[in-house]
Amino acid sequence: MSLATKYSREVKRILAKYPPENKRSAVMPLLYLAQSEAGYITREAMQDIADLLEMSLTDVGALVGFYTLYHDKKEGKYRMQVCTDLPCALRGADRFMDSLCANLGIQVGETTPDGMITLEAVTCLAACDKAPMFQIQSRDGLEYHENMTVDKTMELVEALKKVGGEVK
Amino acid sequence: MAYVLLRHRDIPGIQKLDVYKKNGGFEALKKVVTQMKPNEVTDLVKNSGLRGRGGAGFPTGMKWSFVDNKIWPHYVVVNADESEPGTFKDREIMENNPLQFLEGVAIAAYAVGAKAAYVYLRGEFWKIAAALDDKIAELEEAGYLGEKLFGTDTTVHIYTHLGAGAYICGEETAMLESIEGKRGMPRIRPPFPAVYGLYGKPTVVNNVETLTNLPMIVANGSDWYKMMGTPDSAGVKIFSLSGRVRKPDNYELPFGTTFRQLIYEHGGGVQEARPVKAIMPAGASSSFIPVDDTVLDTPMDYASVRKLGADLGSASVIVIDDTVPIEWIINKTIHFFKHESCGKCTPCREGTYWMMNLVERLKREDAGQADVDLLLNVARQMQNKCLCPLGEFSTMAVVTGIERFPQDFKKQADVNIEPINADLKKVVSQNL
Repeated sequence: MSLATKYSREVKRILAKYPPENKRSAVMPLLYLAQSEAGYITREAMQDIADLLEMSLTDVGALVGFYTLYHDKKEGKYRMQVCTDLPCALRGADRFMDSLCANLGIQVGETTPDGMITLEAVTCLAACDKAPMFQIQSRDGLEYHENMTVDKTMELVEALKKVGGEVK
Repeated sequence: MAYVLLRHRDIPGIQKLDVYKKNGGFEALKKVVTQMKPNEVTDLVKNSGLRGRGGAGFPTGMKWSFVDNKIWPHYVVVNADESEPGTFKDREIMENNPLQFLEGVAIAAYAVGAKAAYVYLRGEFWKIAAALDDKIAELEEAGYLGEKLFGTDTTVHIYTHLGAGAYICGEETAMLESIEGKRGMPRIRPPFPAVYGLYGKPTVVNNVETLTNLPMIVANGSDWYKMMGTPDSAGVKIFSLSGRVRKPDNYELPFGTTFRQLIYEHGGGVQEARPVKAIMPAGASSSFIPVDDTVLDTPMDYASVRKLGADLGSASVIVIDDTVPIEWIINKTIHFFKHESCGKCTPCREGTYWMMNLVERLKREDAGQADVDLLLNVARQMQNKCLCPLGEFSTMAVVTGIERFPQDFKKQADVNIEPINADLKKVVSQNL
């Protein structure tokens, strides 16, 4: 089923935000909508959006490639995006990340064997006073976790694995 | 002194409409819509001395007066992209004092004759955008946004628009491209957005903090506002303090507060009582200020910080102590800019790439002064050649770091900063 059919109300709400002659503006919110479906954006969804907004598939794909919060590949159910940028690093984010790698048994950019957690290093998330911190990106959106310790993080990982294992 | 912007710290529950109204909420919007002409609002803001809080410090009222009245419709675009490393002030405003912010957006829209305003939030502010959408719906219901405001013919609609993880979209023309559904790449200026902005129409782009000042300026007058701060930099500013300080946080203070007051009185001093070696006053885009007593006693306003060979920018003050080599810092900033360069113009795309290779080479055993010289050379060759400020910003820390801290580019001990939360040691030793 196409995006426009399945989420007709949401699509209508998004399109109403922009002048009708500039409906291409709806492409970013529609990409988020598509991503909420599978956790990544499928080629079919990109084609749906291209048709709906009268854009080429190439133009839609270019946006998915340009913006880091869009993904075109299936990876972990939860993307743990740890800020290792300058202000966080001045509060120990690099060591925090090393320790997370050791505890999860994966390197940055890898996914745990159960397919639950993908560990990523990201640039500033506007939480410099609350490092170490990360955000969890999933189908449900984005959640900040601030002033974190490795113990607290591993507890969260266990909780996510439990929830994530039940939700298909 | 009572807060002007971070009023939620004084008034619990100010994010709720009834509490906000009890504290004068929407009186300012009502006043401008029912009693003032748009140009009178612009004049009031000009007289207040308010300057843009996003980094450039351009006078807000003057920016509004550039909007081309021969071309319609007009738009307001709010820069809520807040992505500069070290900046986290707009987030606190929108999370905790959203109604004052939205009232400010509506006042700006009225002043420039815009019926629609788009708030461009970075994608990571997903929850904030959802909360703002709820507030906007509530305000439309209550008659403070939407059509026929206060029984007049004024219409103001506010819409949120989420970015998706691109620092460059904080550059105003890249932001406009992004709203138009394109990759966030800067346009060549001129024409400036005031003439050719969103959808090719005259557009004012203002920062969240800038606009949040407006209800208070309308309510209390421009003279009240000018009494705070310095003649060059009127009013209050939120300083995002981060780095090696004990109490990193947002501090709303009058312009002209000294670095010493910010770092020691408010920020609790430096971790482990180390001395401050350098300050980056505008996040990762900053020049380095080597710190001595004179610097610490310098007032933080646009003109005084410029005299120190830096810019105040968005006032995201990153404090660096004597345990951290500058070479390590620029390794971080260059990786950031390499990642965030949009790739449109050659000096920035290639320059950040080569600077990244060079800062990585500096980590090697056989690196020497020739590599440092080459890095400086690449940075200098980029300067004044980039299409937008991102490329220029990427060179600031490199050039001033090498020039002002040459000793930090000899062999350095490894940097190994312990995470602030102390439980890590145990876990690390168990697992490594």
